[in-house]
Amino acid sequence: MAPVLELRNITKQFPGVLANDHINLRLEEGEILALLGENGAGKSTLMNILYGLYEPDEGEVFIRGEQVAIEGPADAIRQGIGMVHQHFMLIPVLTVTENVMLGDETVSTPIRILKRDKVAARIRELSEQHGLHVDPDARVQSLSVGVRQRVEIIKVLYRHANILILDEPTAVLTPQEADELFDILRSLRQQGVSIIFISHKLREVLELADRVMVIRRGKVVGETKTEEADQAQLAEMMVGRQVALTVAKGPAQVGEPVLEVKDLYVMDDRLQMTVDGVSLTVHAGEVLGVAGVQGNGQTEFVEALTGLRQVRAGKVSIDGEDITNASPRKLVEAGVAHIPEDRQADGLVLRFPVADNFVINTYYKPPFAKGWRVNRAAIDEQAERLIRDFDIRTPSAYVPVSNLSGGNQQKVIVAREFSRPIRLLVANQPTRGLDVGSIEYIHQQLINKRDAGVAVLLVSAELDEIMGLSDRIAVMFHGKITAVVDANEVSKEQVGLMMAGSSLEEALKQAPARSDAPIEAIL
Amino acid sequence: MTATTVNTHTDSTAALKKERRRAIAFGVFFLIVAAAILVLFIFNTDSQMVSTLKLNPTTRNKPIHVPDLVLPTQLTLIVLMIITGAIGAYQLGRGFKNAATALGVVFLLFIAAFLVWATRNKAINLLGILSFTVAAATPIAFAGLSGVMCERSGVINIAIEGQMLVGAMIAVLVASVTGSQWFGLGAAIISGAVLGAVLAVLAIRFIVDQIIAGVAINIFGLGITSFISQRYMQPNPELNTGGVFPRIAIPFLSKIPVIGPIFFNQNAIVYILFLTVLVMHFMLWYTQWGLRTQAVGEHPRAADTLGINVFRIRYINVIIGGMIASIGGAYLTIGSVGRFDENITAGKGFIGLAAMIFGQWTPLGTYGASLIFGFSDALQAKLQILGKVQVPIPSEWLLILPYLITIIVLAGVVGRTVPPAADGQPYIKE
Repeated sequence: MAPVLELRNITKQFPGVLANDHINLRLEEGEILALLGENGAGKSTLMNILYGLYEPDEGEVFIRGEQVAIEGPADAIRQGIGMVHQHFMLIPVLTVTENVMLGDETVSTPIRILKRDKVAARIRELSEQHGLHVDPDARVQSLSVGVRQRVEIIKVLYRHANILILDEPTAVLTPQEADELFDILRSLRQQGVSIIFISHKLREVLELADRVMVIRRGKVVGETKTEEADQAQLAEMMVGRQVALTVAKGPAQVGEPVLEVKDLYVMDDRLQMTVDGVSLTVHAGEVLGVAGVQGNGQTEFVEALTGLRQVRAGKVSIDGEDITNASPRKLVEAGVAHIPEDRQADGLVLRFPVADNFVINTYYKPPFAKGWRVNRAAIDEQAERLIRDFDIRTPSAYVPVSNLSGGNQQKVIVAREFSRPIRLLVANQPTRGLDVGSIEYIHQQLINKRDAGVAVLLVSAELDEIMGLSDRIAVMFHGKITAVVDANEVSKEQVGLMMAGSSLEEALKQAPARSDAPIEAIL
Repeated sequence: MTATTVNTHTDSTAALKKERRRAIAFGVFFLIVAAAILVLFIFNTDSQMVSTLKLNPTTRNKPIHVPDLVLPTQLTLIVLMIITGAIGAYQLGRGFKNAATALGVVFLLFIAAFLVWATRNKAINLLGILSFTVAAATPIAFAGLSGVMCERSGVINIAIEGQMLVGAMIAVLVASVTGSQWFGLGAAIISGAVLGAVLAVLAIRFIVDQIIAGVAINIFGLGITSFISQRYMQPNPELNTGGVFPRIAIPFLSKIPVIGPIFFNQNAIVYILFLTVLVMHFMLWYTQWGLRTQAVGEHPRAADTLGINVFRIRYINVIIGGMIASIGGAYLTIGSVGRFDENITAGKGFIGLAAMIFGQWTPLGTYGASLIFGFSDALQAKLQILGKVQVPIPSEWLLILPYLITIIVLAGVVGRTVPPAADGQPYIKE
C-alpha cells in the first residue's frame, strides 16, 4: 500500500543557505514520525513546504500515492494536512469557536452569516471524542498555553485532517502539559491519524515516536525505529559527531574571592522585596550554581549584579572594589560579563548586524573607536575572528543578528562577552531553548572560562545543568539563599527538594544520597 | 511550569494595578467635573430661575406636539451634579467596566448642565440643537467608519481627509454638470474607491509606510482640489452650484415626538449613514467577512495559514473605506451647503479618526462618539444666539471640549482603547 504521505527530492534554497537538500520522506498510516534535528537544520522549512507556506525549488509531494500540487495552505488543508505551528496561529481576541471556524466557516447564504452554534457543538463533540477539554465560548487570550495548543489541534481535526504536523509542540509546554499532549497524540494515532512530530529533544522523541528521521544541514542523515535507537546514537546523528552528554571537567582550582555579595535587597517591578537579604561569594576558578524554581528572585538578583536594577540595601563588590549600583558600563569595565536570561530582549540588538553586536559594549574604546569616530576596519576584523573562533553559523558578519538561529545568537553573545578580559561571568539560563550541539558548546565554554580563573555565577532552572557544571550550589528559595553546598556531596533529588523549600537537613534525610555514578545527561 | 505561572501572575497583577490607577484617575476627574458644575453654574443661579427647552420643530412637518421642557434651573443643575458625582464615586469605588462610555456620559452631563445654565430665564430650541447635531455628526461618522473599515483589516487610513476633500469636490462638480445630486454622490464614491485603491496599492503591494502614504494622499487631495477650485470653479460659478439633497421626512417615523424630527427628518446621505452603521455592525460581528476582517487585522499570518487571502481582504476593505470616506465628503457639499470651498473638510477626517478611537473601533461606538463631537459643534453654533450676557465666554471655547476629551482618551487614560493587533503593519509573505 502506498504511504499516506511521501515527499520526494524536496529542495529549498534560501539566500546563503541550502535549507532542504533533496529530502525524501515517507509517512505510513497511523504512525508517529519524529523529525529530529538541531535548530536551523531545515525541519521547519520542510514542513512549511508541505503545508504550502513555502514554495520548494524542486521536488514532489504524493498523498496516498497520488502526486499533488500544494501552492498554499488552502491546498494543504484540502489534502487533509493540518499543522500546529511552533508559534500558535490563534487570534487572542476571538473565541475558540471563531478561531476554529476561521477560514472554513459554517455559514448560511446569501451573505454568509456565521453559524457559531453549529461550530461550537462540533467542537464539543471533538473535545469529547479526543479528550481535549476546551470551552468553545472562551476567548483565546484567557486560555493557558496548554489549552491553546489543544485549540490548535481541534482546528486541525475540525478540518478533517488525517496528517498532523506539529512543529516543536513541547517548546512552550510545562512537563505536565507535554505529557497530556503525548496522550492526546497517542490516542489520535490509534484513530488512524498520521503524525509528524518535529523536535530537537531526544528524550521525547524516543518516548513518543514510532520512527525517527534525523536531518542535519538540510539533508536526511539517518532514519531508525525508535525501539532500536538510544539517546547517544541519535545525538551523534543529529550533531554529526560524538556528543558529550555530560561535561568533562576537572577539579576546580579555586582562587581569591571575586564577587562578594553582602545582605543584598532588591525589589521587583511591583516593589516586592524579591531578593531578601542574599549573601554569597564566588571565587576565581569556580562555578557557583544558583539553583531555584523560576520566580524565586533569581532574575532580580542577576539584574542587580549587572547594573540593570537598583539595589535597595546591601553591598556588592568585585575584587574588593565596591560596585553596588554601578552602571552597566562601569561593570563591563570592571570585568563583569553577562549572558542574559532573554537573549533577544537584553542580549542583542536584533536589527543590528552581527559585527555591530560584537562591539555593543566596547564600541567607544580603542581599537573600535578612533577618537569620536568608529573604526570600521577594527570592528570588521574582530567580527571575522569571532565568527571563526566561535564557529558562528551566519552567511556573513553583516546580516542582522535576528536572522541567526537561537543557538548562533547565543554564541554571538558568548563571543562578545568572552572577547575581552573578564573577572566574573554571570550566566543566566545560558542554554534555554538551545539544541544539543549548542548546549554542549556553551557548557564547554563556561568550564573553559572557569579553568582560566574566571569566577562563574551560573543561574539556571535546569537541575541537570546546575548539577553538571557547578562546583558549589546555592539554592535560592523565596528570595533567600537557603543553602550553599558542595556539588559533589549532594544528589539531584536532594537539591530538588531544597528548591521546593526543604531545609538542607530535611533534604539530606528525605532524598537518596548521591551515588557515585556520573550524573545523568543534561538532555 | 512554575516559571510561566509566576510570570503571568506578576504581569497581570502589575497590569491590574496600572488599570486601577487609571480607574482612580478617572473617578477623580469625574468628581472634578461635578465640582465644576457646582462652582461654575450652580453658584451663578438662584432658585427662582427657570430654563425652557423647546422640543418642537419650527418646520412645517410637525409631529405630535410635546410641551416645552420647563426646568427649574438650580434644581436641575443640582440633580445633574449629583448624578455626575455618583458616577465619579462609583468609578472610584468599584469602577466601570467601560470607562470610555462613562466618560462620554459625564461629558454629556456637563454639557447638559452648561445648557441649562446658559438658558436660565430664557428659552432655547433643544430640538434644533439635536437635529443639527445629527447633521454635524454625519461627515465625522463617515470618516470614522472609513477608519473602522480599514483599520479592522490592519491598514491605517490617515488619507480620509484627502478622500473626503476630493469626494466633496467631485460631488459638487458632477451634480452641477448633470443637475443630479445622486450622480454627484455616485461620482464621489467612485473617486473614493480610486483613492482607496491608491492607498491600498501603496500600503499592501509596495509596503510604503501607511502614515506616509496617507499623508501624501491628503496633500494631493488638498492640492488638487484647491487648484481646480481656484482655476476652474471660481471663474465658472455654474460649476459650483450642485444643489443640496432635499430633506425627506420619513413617513410615520418622523412623527415620533422628539426622536422623529431629530433623526428622521434629514436628507438621503444621513439615512445612508444610518444604514452604513447598522450594516457594518452586523457584517463585522455576524458574518464570514467580519470574522475574516478581524482575523486579518489581528494576526494576518494566522489567517494566511488557514488559507485566507490576506491581501484580498485588505484591498477590499481599504477600497470600501475610501468609498465611505468620500460619501462623508459629498455630504459637506451636496448634503449641506451645496458648494465647494477650499479645504471644506477642515480636519473632519482626522476628527473622524478620533471618533473611531473613542468608539473603540466599532461602528456603533464610532457613531456615538461622532454624535458627541457633532453636539459640541451644534451647541457652539446655537449658543451664539443667546448672546454675551447669558454666556459670558466666547462660544468657540466650547469647541475645545471634544478635542479635550479626545486627548484624554488618546492619552490612554481609558486604558482599554486597544486597536487591532496588526493595525498598520504590512503583511509580508515568506
